[in-house]
Amino acid sequence: MIQALRLNPRLRRWTLLAPSMAFIAIFMLAPIGLMAYVSVLERGEFGGVEWGSYTVEAYRSFLFERELDGTLVVNTDYLQIFLRSFWLSLVTTLLALAVGFPTALYMALQPERYRNVLVFLVTIPFWTNLLVRNYAWILLLRNNGLIDASLNKLGITQEPINVLYTPLSTGIGLTYSFLPFLVLPIYASLEKLDFRLVEAAFDLGADRLRALTRVIIPMAAPGIIAGCILVFVPCLGAYVTPELLGGSKSMMIGNLIQAQFGASRNWPFGAALAFALLAIVLLSMMVYAMRFKGPPGEEERA
Amino acid sequence: MNASSVAIEARSVTKIFPGRPPVRALDDASVSIGAGEFFTLLGPSGCGKTTLLRLIAGFEQPTQGELLLYGEPLGHLPPFQRPVNTVFQSYALFPHLNVRRNIAFGLEMRRLPVAEIDARVDEMLALVQLEEYGDRKPSQLSGGQQQRIALARALANHPKVLLLDEPLSALDLKLRKEMQLELKRLQLETGITFIFVTHDQEEALTMSDRIAVMRGGRILQIGDPTEIYEHPRDRFVADFIGDSNFFDAKCTEAGSNGARFSLDAGGEVLAEDGHGCSSGDRVTIAVRPERIELNTSGGGGIDATVENIVYFGTDTTYHLKLHGGSVLQVRVQNRQGSHRTVNVGDSVRLGFPPDAVQVLRQT
Repeated sequence: MIQALRLNPRLRRWTLLAPSMAFIAIFMLAPIGLMAYVSVLERGEFGGVEWGSYTVEAYRSFLFERELDGTLVVNTDYLQIFLRSFWLSLVTTLLALAVGFPTALYMALQPERYRNVLVFLVTIPFWTNLLVRNYAWILLLRNNGLIDASLNKLGITQEPINVLYTPLSTGIGLTYSFLPFLVLPIYASLEKLDFRLVEAAFDLGADRLRALTRVIIPMAAPGIIAGCILVFVPCLGAYVTPELLGGSKSMMIGNLIQAQFGASRNWPFGAALAFALLAIVLLSMMVYAMRFKGPPGEEERA
Repeated sequence: MNASSVAIEARSVTKIFPGRPPVRALDDASVSIGAGEFFTLLGPSGCGKTTLLRLIAGFEQPTQGELLLYGEPLGHLPPFQRPVNTVFQSYALFPHLNVRRNIAFGLEMRRLPVAEIDARVDEMLALVQLEEYGDRKPSQLSGGQQQRIALARALANHPKVLLLDEPLSALDLKLRKEMQLELKRLQLETGITFIFVTHDQEEALTMSDRIAVMRGGRILQIGDPTEIYEHPRDRFVADFIGDSNFFDAKCTEAGSNGARFSLDAGGEVLAEDGHGCSSGDRVTIAVRPERIELNTSGGGGIDATVENIVYFGTDTTYHLKLHGGSVLQVRVQNRQGSHRTVNVGDSVRLGFPPDAVQVLRQT
């Protein structure tokens, strides 16, 4: 047996790969397959599914509602939740970029011995449970909470700020939660950047703004895009933050899916929603992969 | 040199980098660089030559003193407002832009019309003889080609002064020789003042109109290559540029047409220029190995013994020992072919022509 492994590199390769392949197959492919299967089954009357009876009702009910007489009527409720999720994720990504890019640039410009400390500081939120951190935001954002009370005391506002349980509080919470995912990849690409190129840009007549837009940003583009994807994609499926900080008007896809498996007991629909989300995410990843085929900095000007 | 023909003037420029301890990178450096001159800052690493270049470019600000460009103080003008451009040691070509866009970068920053930029880029590509490479990325070019593009990019802006920070140090020897000629040609063709930084004395001698030799933040000597080589003013310059034999000596007689010295190692020499020393002064004398005459007959000679002979092809170096104990080198061109008249262990007599004997400044 050992002798066979030694002599056959193909066999050796597959044997070494087997544990991780098995892990992926059992814990990733199997659940996804199961979910795909569930999404085309009839829903059970009291939750669960009717095994063996197939229907595409779950996918249909995303856009259409069946009236009592059996006719289909367009229902945009779920579409709205999807669009809201996209909108909130987009705003979150842009907010995180506005905060995260300068942060990453600042970090990359520090002397080397301070950089690791700063990277550590950025990752500190990961050391605490996401749930706890979101509860902290409730205390900060609620009426008569720290922010509201301070603004009132300072005489900046007279009325309660009414921020908690709105899309705004969800956006703030999401930006906070996902910011490190954006800072770190951008920092990684800026840290590798040869700042002599920035000096060259200055030397050739570029002021600070144009050195930023013409040299620093193009060269950090792969990191910026990777960071944006790392924020945007998990944001789409966020569950905890909109659940705790969002009101009924800021339900997101994650909450909708949870509701189908929970209170609504519509497992096929939940599975179908999860699949739609997966498809969208995979599509955006493919677009990214095609856009950045070559090594960084190799893409042509349009 | 009158005021209008001075391109760059440094007046007592000092640069101290803070730290523990603070680094005095430039110490009271003053120099005038003429318009259209090929001027070289030469010295070992850490001598302040790159600091002076960066001060002129505007990347650093002097701690004391001031810099003038055609008589106008540069003050705190940021680098992007100075009509000078730099060729960086690492080339610093933008990897995300192709060759044309690299060359066009400075012109685009000045918002020139597109047609003019295109014409200028073509002109620059022709100047560095890389017309066919406009659409390549810098990573697709060889080191020498990247070097030419970096030159073209810096020259495209028609700077008043071009700063070159050891631009040839990354190239192999053959390419470096080629680029030396190329640089000289570009400088003559464009008429732009070149300030060239190098630690390579040969590079400095072959290309420069004038050289400033630097050490420890100070400018030790400024002169044309012949002057620097033939008449070094102190021991460091004499040692750093070419080879030199040094002798401790005492002035025995000084006059208007030269001075006489008695070497501690024995013997007497005459110097054409005593550099103002007077009788009784202790001095150091430098003589180039190729200026010493071997096996001469007649007065004024010094006796020595041949210790070693090293054959270099074009010339032969003789390692000799004076009777007083100190050692020296003599280099003789191999004009006679394989025929050699001197062998190890032979006693020889050395001649020091008065114009080859250099009296050094005491430091």
